[in-house]
This record gives sequence, structure tokens and C-alpha cells, in this order.
Amino acid sequence: MEDLRELYQEVILDHSKRPRHFSEMPGASHQADGHNPLCGDRITVYLKVEGDVIEDVSFQGAGCSISTASASMMTDALRGKTVDEAKDLFDRFHRLVTSDPSHAAENAPAGSELGKLAVFSGVCEFPMRVKCASLSWHTMKAALEGEAGASTE
Amino acid sequence: MNASASPAPAPAALDVEAVRRQFPGLRTRVHDKPLVYLDSAASAQKPQAVIDAEREVYERYYSNIHRGVHKLSVMATDAYEKARARVQRFLGAPEVREIILLRGATEAINLVAQTYGRKHVAAGDEVLITGLEHHSNIVPWQMLCEEKGAVLRVAPIDDAGVVDMGAFERLLGPKTRIVSLSHVSNALGTVNPVKRMTELAHAAGAVVMIDGAQAVPHTPVDVRKIGCDFYAFSGHKVYGPSGVGALYGRAEVLEAMPPWQGGGDMITTVTFEKSTWAEIPAKFEAGTPNIAGAIALGAALEWLEDVGLEAVAAHEDEMLRYGTDLLSAIPGLRLIGTAPRKAGILSFVLDDIHPHDIGTILDYEGVAIRTGHHCAQPVMDRYGVPATARASLACFNNREDLDVLARGIRKVQEMFK
Repeated sequence: MEDLRELYQEVILDHSKRPRHFSEMPGASHQADGHNPLCGDRITVYLKVEGDVIEDVSFQGAGCSISTASASMMTDALRGKTVDEAKDLFDRFHRLVTSDPSHAAENAPAGSELGKLAVFSGVCEFPMRVKCASLSWHTMKAALEGEAGASTE
Repeated sequence: MNASASPAPAPAALDVEAVRRQFPGLRTRVHDKPLVYLDSAASAQKPQAVIDAEREVYERYYSNIHRGVHKLSVMATDAYEKARARVQRFLGAPEVREIILLRGATEAINLVAQTYGRKHVAAGDEVLITGLEHHSNIVPWQMLCEEKGAVLRVAPIDDAGVVDMGAFERLLGPKTRIVSLSHVSNALGTVNPVKRMTELAHAAGAVVMIDGAQAVPHTPVDVRKIGCDFYAFSGHKVYGPSGVGALYGRAEVLEAMPPWQGGGDMITTVTFEKSTWAEIPAKFEAGTPNIAGAIALGAALEWLEDVGLEAVAAHEDEMLRYGTDLLSAIPGLRLIGTAPRKAGILSFVLDDIHPHDIGTILDYEGVAIRTGHHCAQPVMDRYGVPATARASLACFNNREDLDVLARGIRKVQEMFK
């Protein structure tokens, strides 16, 4: 049950029940659709980039609690970041959720740099749920790179 | 009445605890809880008799089949052909040569689409399926129709998950060449009236293929009574190994079909100019097959017949009623698929909680269920859900398993309250 509490932390449950920035964005400069064919999760990520800075970010879609919370917390984390910072955050988040759980101690520094996103460190204990946590991030990256969509297959 | 003749015995009630003891996999612990395996519709656990049969092949008489003159080859060939005969008996097929041993139901449907289908379906012709189908009974026909310029028709289902028989009849017509339908739906558990549907399809001049993958573990099947032209199933859902299954085809239909894959075993003579085909079933069995798997499949069918399919069906019906009542009593739970005739499936959605979250939390209670679209995305679309949670039953499930499931679901609700 401890691992389970680690996965379903209060903050994750809160974001999954009340996702932030959960809306379509008229006039978005970038957007992409993400799809996890395994579980049917679908998400659209919208970004408004001015100059090099992400001024606004939002998302819409349907998914499990992990995927919804991850998208919601991503929108919180990305506001005001530069495009390069966002891509860097993508890399660090990806490392956090895909790292080998037996090396948890080594992940701690990466986690601490991620701020609130560190609550997703429990995901690496659940290999089947990594794609849920990373769908919104892959979709965000695809949007920034001008691709129409991302699939976590 | 002759006093010495024993009357046909009523099927003995299933001793589920005795059955459970024969499945070593059920003794596994998951997250320090006893395993509650409710995912047999994805793949069933294996009884000791099947594990032993497969091991015995490799330990005592493994060899290639239909080839050597040496002792082991004779033994392996004999065991393999006995397995084929066991499948024939299991399906009630008139002749043993009507049984083709393949990788599973998916390969069987592809074989029929690519041989019978490619020969008999032309531009403008139609193939009819139902709204209940697994991807394996949709995609092979889509590929065929695309190649031929034919049209794939779909008989819709109602809210309970029952095929609309009026629509099914209306969709049958002079252009219908093939009707392919599941005997039992893997996503909802609906039992199709396959005998009636076969009669209607035959009256329209179509041949009938039945995907029995989800039916054979739960109910006795007799292809003569159904009257279908083809019937397919997979070994792994009927307590046998994965990677092996069977296709029944009526002999005269199989004989008129071109071969599918070319290779060893499916020929009579080969020269660089021309080859001639072997008789059925060898014509459709190119290459070295899953020898030990087929022999173990035979052992699985023998084991299931010994347990008694009538008794299994009665037991599972009782478990399905018990489970349906238990789950229906949970506020916020909606059963998906409520056909009057169902086999083995409890598919559901719960409040606003995604099935993957249900699956992860139940896993911590030791409960294995399937979550997702069950390779039946059109069924999910029909109900407007991306996925469902699906508990599926086998002969070894008892009331306790369903009690643990129901308690687990309430824990899920507690967590997401």
C-alpha cells in the first residue's frame, strides 16, 4: 500500500479531480494532440509562445488520474518558462518517471530540481503507468517542435 | 427400459476447490495478497495437466513431425495428430481433416480472409460483421475489402450489447459473400445466437465464419449444430498454451480454397516450374508448427472435458449472476454489457474514475483484471467510453474472488472520494 500512496499522493489526486488550465486556447501559437492507444487517453496541449517565452499553456482531453494530474501540473510548471527551459524540464521529468526504482537515491537531486513535479517520482515503480504520466509532456514537446501529435505507444 | 442401461447422468456440480488446486499459478501472491485472477478472457491460467503435457514432449519425445522415420518423430507425429483429433471431437467436427492447427483465432480469421476471401470476394461485394467484434475480426476483413473494393457492413448492437437482429437480416443480401461474427463478445460477454445467424446468412448465400475464442472455455460447442462453415479458437483462452489454436472448416469449402502460406508440409511435389498442394489440412499448415503447444492444447481440451463443460458452464453462470448482483449493488458502478445471454464477462465503469486507476489499485489487492479497450475500440465508441474495467471468469473462480473484487472496488472509490 505504501507504493500505492506514493503513486496516488494527495496533490496528484487533487490535480486529477480539479485540473488547472483545463480549457481550449483560442489563438494558441502551438498545439498538438497526444494519444495513448493502450488505454485510449487523448489530450490536446495548447501553448502561447511570445518571443521565446511560454506565456500561456492549457490542455483538454480525457485520461486516467495520473495522466490528467501530470498534464495539469505541467501547465503550472511551464508558465513563464522559455522554450529551452521547457525542453530541459521535459528531459528531467522523463528521467524521473523512467528511472530504475532501485536507484531511487540517485534520483533525488533530479527530483528536487523539479519542484512540485517530484511527486511523480512514485510512477517509476509502476512501469505500466509511465506512459500515462508522460503523455502530456510528449504532446507539449511535439507542439513546440511543430509536430501535429504524439503517441506514447 | 433396460435395467442395465444407465440413464444419462445429470452434470455433476463443479467442485471448484478441487479445480483450483490444479492451477499452480493461482498459488502466486501479488503485493503480498493471494492472487485473485479475473483476467481469463485475456488469457487463462494453466492446469498442471497442461504444463506436464508440454514438458513431457520436450523431456521424452520431442522431434519434428510428419518427416522422420525415427522413433521420436513417429511419437511426436502421433501425439500431434491425436491433438488434432481431440480438437475435432471438442468442436463436434465431422472429419479430422477439417481441423487446421494454427497460431490462434487471429491467424485463423486472416487465413480465411486471405484464401476464401480473396478468391470469392470481388469489387462491390459485401462482408458482414457485428458491432461486437474484436479487432481480430474487423481488421482482416477491412484489409480484404480495401484490396478488393468490397464493402464491410456492420450489424449494430443495442444498449444492452445485443446484436440488432432486424438490422442483421436487412444487411444480408445478394452481395453478401461472408458473414463473420463472434460466438461470445470478449468486451461485453454477449452470447450471439450463432445458429440462427448462420441460418439467415446461409439463406442469403453467404458463408459463415465464427470467432469462438471467447466461447469455447465457457460452453460446449458443436459446429454441426451451428451449421457454420468456419469456426476458430485460440488455445491460450481455453487453458492451453499461447501460440496455438485451431480453425475448423467444412471439408468441401477447405478443398476449394487456395493455399495460404507456401512452404514445407503443404506440398505434394515441388519443382522449380510448379508445385502441387497437399490435401487438407496439410495444405494450410506450411512450416514446422508449435508441436509441443498443439499437444498441450490437446491435453487442455481433454482436461476440460474431464472436468465437464456442462458443469463449467453452470458454475460460471452462477458466478456471473453472483458477480452481477455484487457489482450492481455498488453505487456509481455501471455495467457495460447487460445482454440476457452472457458468458464470463463483467465489464464496467466506475464514477469518473479511469479504468487504469481501478486496475492499479485492484492490483494492490491481488486482483488481476483487464483495463482498456479490450481490442474492441468500436464497442467502446458505441458506449461513449474510452475504456472499461473488465473482470472475466474461468472455471476456477469462486465467490470469494468476486467478494475480494467488490471490496477492492469500494477501496478504489474511497481513494478517489
